Amino acid sequence: MSANPLSLWVYLSQSPLLWLTVTLLVYAIADAVSLATHRHALANPVLHSIWIIGVFLLLTGTSYTTYFGGAQFVHFLLGPATVALAVPLYENRKTVLAAMLPMLVALVAGSVTAVISIVLLAEVAGLPRAVVLSLAPKSVTAGVAMGISESLHADPSLTAVAVVLTGIMGAIIVTPLMNRMRITDFRARGFAVGIAAHGIGTARAFQVDAVAGAFAGIAMSLNALVTSLLVPLAVTLLVR
Amino acid sequence: MIASLSLILLCQLAGEVFVRGVALPIPGPVIGLMLLLVLLLARDRFKILARGPLQQDGVENASRGLLAHLSLLFVPAGVGVVQKLDLIAEHGIAIIVILAVSVVVTLLVTVATFRLASRLMTRNGSAP
Repeated sequence: MSANPLSLWVYLSQSPLLWLTVTLLVYAIADAVSLATHRHALANPVLHSIWIIGVFLLLTGTSYTTYFGGAQFVHFLLGPATVALAVPLYENRKTVLAAMLPMLVALVAGSVTAVISIVLLAEVAGLPRAVVLSLAPKSVTAGVAMGISESLHADPSLTAVAVVLTGIMGAIIVTPLMNRMRITDFRARGFAVGIAAHGIGTARAFQVDAVAGAFAGIAMSLNALVTSLLVPLAVTLLVR
Repeated sequence: MIASLSLILLCQLAGEVFVRGVALPIPGPVIGLMLLLVLLLARDRFKILARGPLQQDGVENASRGLLAHLSLLFVPAGVGVVQKLDLIAEHGIAIIVILAVSVVVTLLVTVATFRLASRLMTRNGSAP
């Protein structure tokens, strides 16, 4: 009899159903907590979902490959969600067109800063070359960053982790930082977090203000374009 | 709903095909985004396009649904950190510090440039 629960676990722990359910359930709880704290920056649902699921995998001795077998259905939606950013862009087209010039200037300044700063800092910190290359595209959305990392022969899975860490930090820091700097222009605030912290920053921006969210979405998609071109160039120039 | 999701996937698919066909170093979904934007703008111009998912907020609602839980989509990639525990033990502090510094610097440079350019533009615009 005592073998039954074990064999059930052996069966379930290999099935996509369990890991998809765990991903959605943990996120739903983390999101409810975030809502209960009035979207406090430190109650970031991505941050808390990741460590809770991570600890659960380690405790149950489940490999990431097995987990990803279920979670891939969620991961896949990153692509369609990028396409869906066309809608906030379309709905705010008048505001966007009016701010075209500041956006383009800030896009170039922000993308260049994001890539150059991380490569220089990583070099100064004496990180191994493979790590420096993997960190370089960390400010663009996961799918794109992993593609860049692959084309540099770096480590796409490390890039994905750096991307998510960057996004969480940006989402946590942006509101207090911008309030401290007394920036009240939600176009600028949203645009900055979209450049620095891609989709997780954009999700945060949508929580704070709809205009900020639309500008963050634009920034994130434009940055995906610019960074894909910029990272190979910066790496050739800066990495020894 | 199904038609709207199909349209979104179709845009992404067309983007992937285009990017691979022309060998551009741009991600396919970004081209898909531009394609969907062009479709939405064209629909307002040419009434003949306003059918299926391009009418009654079809594709708009599906997109809003996807974007409402954008941060959930990053969880599977983030959990990948469990594969990197040895690297984190060795370089974790350095990586976290430099990522944080880079994020703050990027936020400040972007917001300052945006404000500066927007101020210069309104000054030029309001000048006689």
